[in-house]
Formats: sequence, C-alpha cells, structure tokens
Amino acid sequence: MGYEISLLTVMGISIIGSLSLNLITGFCGQVSLGHAAFVGIGAYTASLLTKADTSFFIALLAGTLLAGTFGVMVGLASLRVRHDFLAITTMGVNFVFLGVVRQQEWLGGELGVSSIPDTGLGKLGFLALVLGSVILVALLSLQIRRSWMGYVFEAISEDEDTARMLGLDVSRYKLIAFALGTALAGLSGGLYAHHVRFIFPDSFAFVESITLLAMVVIGGNGSIIGVIIASALLSVLPQWFQFIGDYKLLLYGSLLFIVMRFSPGGLSGLTQSLFPKSKNSFALKENQ
Amino acid sequence: MLFLELFLQGIIQGSIYALFAVGLTLVYGLLRILHVAHAGLYTLGGYFGVLVFNSSGSLILGGFVAVLGVGFLGIIIYRLCYEPILNQPPYVPLIASIGLFIAMEELYRILFGSYGVTYTNPPLQEMLPLAGFYLRQGEWVTILVSIVLIGGLTWLSSRTKLGLAWRATVTDPQMAESFGIDPIRVRYFNFFIGSALAGSAGMIVGILNNLVEPTMGSIPSYKALAIIVLGGLGSVRGTLVAALALGVVESYGTIYLGNVLNRDAIAFVFLIIVLMIRPQGMFRGV
Repeated sequence: MGYEISLLTVMGISIIGSLSLNLITGFCGQVSLGHAAFVGIGAYTASLLTKADTSFFIALLAGTLLAGTFGVMVGLASLRVRHDFLAITTMGVNFVFLGVVRQQEWLGGELGVSSIPDTGLGKLGFLALVLGSVILVALLSLQIRRSWMGYVFEAISEDEDTARMLGLDVSRYKLIAFALGTALAGLSGGLYAHHVRFIFPDSFAFVESITLLAMVVIGGNGSIIGVIIASALLSVLPQWFQFIGDYKLLLYGSLLFIVMRFSPGGLSGLTQSLFPKSKNSFALKENQ
Repeated sequence: MLFLELFLQGIIQGSIYALFAVGLTLVYGLLRILHVAHAGLYTLGGYFGVLVFNSSGSLILGGFVAVLGVGFLGIIIYRLCYEPILNQPPYVPLIASIGLFIAMEELYRILFGSYGVTYTNPPLQEMLPLAGFYLRQGEWVTILVSIVLIGGLTWLSSRTKLGLAWRATVTDPQMAESFGIDPIRVRYFNFFIGSALAGSAGMIVGILNNLVEPTMGSIPSYKALAIIVLGGLGSVRGTLVAALALGVVESYGTIYLGNVLNRDAIAFVFLIIVLMIRPQGMFRGV
C-alpha cells in the first residue's frame, strides 16, 4: 500500500509542475525551458525553512512566493526578448540557478539538503494534501481559461503584436502568467522536497525542465486534461516498468520528437483529429 | 605570463566553440530553427574519430570519416526530421530537436557504454613549445584546424558559385528561387557543411580530453545556443567573435569567479546580461 501511495504522490506533484508550466507555455505561449529552476527555488526555500523549525505550511507558502518573485523577474526578461530568444534565456536561467546552488555552502552545494523534517501529516495525509493541490491547480487553470485573462493569454499566444494593437496590456498579462506559473512550480517543489526528504542540485537540472515540457507538449500545449494525462503517464511509467526506468530518457526524447514530428498538437490534437466532432474538454483548445 | 596563457587557453576553447557554433548559426540563418541536435552530431564525430583510429591506427582516416560521415548524417537529419515541420510555429522544431538530441545521447550510451571510449594509443599528446608557449601538439592542431576550416568556409561562401547561391537563399529565399537556385540543394549543402564542422570539433575534443562520452555534447550544445544568440543569430562573423569572446571570458572567469559560479553558468550569465542590454545580440544579423 505504501508503494501505491508514494506513486500517487509523485504523480500528483508532477501534475502540479506540468500544469504550472502549462499556464506559461500552453496558455500564454511563452516557451520556458527553465521551469525546473523554479521548482528548485520552491524546494530549497521550503526545506531550508522547515529545517529551521518553521511550520510546514508556512514554509510551503514561502517557497511558493519566492519562486513567484523570481518568476516575475524572468517574466520581465520575456518583455525584452521573444520566441527562440526567450526559450534560450529561460534555459540560461536554469543553468545559472544550478551554477549558483552548486557553489553555495549554505545551500548544501553539490551534496544538497538532506534529512528534511517530516511534515507530521502521515503518508496518507500528505497524499491528500498533494491531490487536493492538484484539484485546486486544475480548477484554477480551468477558471483562468474561461476568464477574460484566459482570452488575453490566448490572444498573446496566437499573435502578440495584434493583441497589443487591440489595446491589450500584453506586458502585464505576460508577467501575471509568469508569476502564477512559477509560483505554482515553487509549490510543487516544496511538496517534492518534503516527499523525498532529500534534494540536491541535479534534482532540478535542465533535463527536469525538459521532462516538464515533455509532459505539457505531449499532452497538448494548453489542454488541461491532456497535460494531466500525459504527466500522470510519464511520471509513473518509469516506476512501473523497471526496464523503462533504464531507458527513461530515450523514451522521453523519442516521444518528444515523435509527437512534434507527427502530431504537434499532442494527445489533445490527436484526439481532435481522430474525432473531429466530439466536443469534450479534450478538444477545447484548437491550436492547430 | 599567466594572463597571456589564460588568454591562449581561452582562444583554444573558443575555436572549438566556433567550429561547433558556426553550423548552428548556418542552420538558423537559413531555416530559423534552433538545431539542438547538432550536438548529437558533434558527439558522433568524436565517436567516429576514436573508433576509426583505434581500429585502423590512422588519424587522417579517422578525421575523414568523422567529417564526411557526420556531414552526410546532417543531411539525413534535415531530410527526415526538419523538412516536414518547417511550417510549424518555431517551438515545434525546437522541441523536436531537443527530443532528438536526448534520444541520440541515450542511444550512444546504450551502444558504446556510459563510461565513454578512450584512444588506445593517444595521439598528439606531446608538449610542443612554440613562441614561448608550452602547449600540447593537439592544442596547436586545434588552432590550425579551426583557422583552415573557417578560412575555407569563408572562401567557399564568398568566392564560389555555390556560396553565392547559398548567400542569396539566406537573404531572400523566394528571389533566389526565381533566379533558378534550387533551395533544397542549398539546404542540403548547409546541413552538410555545418554538421561536418561539428564532427571535426567533436573529434578534436575527443583527442584533447582523450575521452569520448555519450554526454559530451550536452554542455556545448546549450552553450552554443548562447553563442549564436550573442553573435546575433544567423551571422557567421558575429558567431566567430562571440565564440572566441566566450572562450576567453570563461578562461578568466574560471580563475577569478570560480568560487561564486561554475564555468558553465558563466556563459549564461554573460548571455542573459547581453540579451537584456541588447535583445538583438551583440551584432546585428547576417
């Protein structure tokens, strides 16, 4: 039973992470290749705080807020550079984050932070907390997409210049997307740190950013249900099948490539083209 | 003296970056694709070099296979992977390319083992004092090869008909096509040259480190993206300057900033600063 609980917890944390990236990359169209850095900021902040005897929920909140603050700074960069340039800048953010963390003694350096205190919630209680957060984040995503803000995000992702010409405050909404997305990434980081109770720089390496992006893109950029399904599958498959575990990266890489090459709309794009008339939420976003 | 030696080390590292990054910038200039999988070809150049040398004992033959083999594979990658998705939004080929690169690295790991391959009889390792600098033969060869190859590229693009067709296509694909230039052939040529240069860089690094490992492309790959952005995306001259500049900055940075940031982060701090000040890169395009 303990194994299944742990598996579900990992799955839930991945879903929060990929949904948070989906806000930025899927809804607002700003490709971020450095999302793991914000997961890392949340994880480091939360775990260092609980190690200093702060209560778990305050630590979690602090990690979320700090990640969001850094996210706004990177969002400011997105006002300066666009498209490919932005993708590379965010990638740079990930490498700089790692470079800084590796060299700082008080952040644990290469060895990372270990013996992170127990949350006192018990395994089931923690799982309930994670799943509750998943539901909240999913509802928030759904709410955003239906709101005025969601329409602005879509306009920006379709054509930024036209959106600006229509009088939309593009800069403000981009910053909001970054702030929300990175703050939620911080939340998933804090949860992650207190689930595994041991973190080190490589937990937030560039590969992890790519993994999150793979989940978003394979699910279908912008599709909430598609992203949830893809991240549930991709986070659990390697643990279920040990032989996949060894070839995990080969699988991710090939999937990313094959999906982009043959079905750039991801799972949701695929269902849309297979069942063109179905009007389920799978096919809400028509980004083909 | 330390100051000058660091400078020369930076230039050597920079010329390797240059050989690698020119291919990327050529692809970007022509197709507006960030070709991350380029680093997979670079690693393959290293493998071709070491495997051919170990089995035949000839460095020249190894170089020949590394350059030509990787060049042709570059064409195949373009044909199978990029051509069908050229009309998609830019993130599609970018992500496809990252996926391809990760898959290639894993494939090398599975095929050749995760500890890498070494030269059984390491070539070009003797010290060779020249002009007051004590460098290994391999390091002098690196400088020489970069000058020859990049000089050759400049000659090819400015003095031959093929180069003319190529530059015309980069400037205005439709106009070039209406003058009877075959755009497909130009793209093949582009990928061949860029990949061949990456193959040569991979082989050089394999010799200098006496090790070819599956992940040797990861850091150069992302760093080269920083370099071509700094160079103004698509500009060969800008890329060369940016590559050499980064090599030198890193060489000094590792000594003077080593306890704050590691070597690989320096490149990106440099990149982010330059991009925030000049979003179009250090040099304007083409």
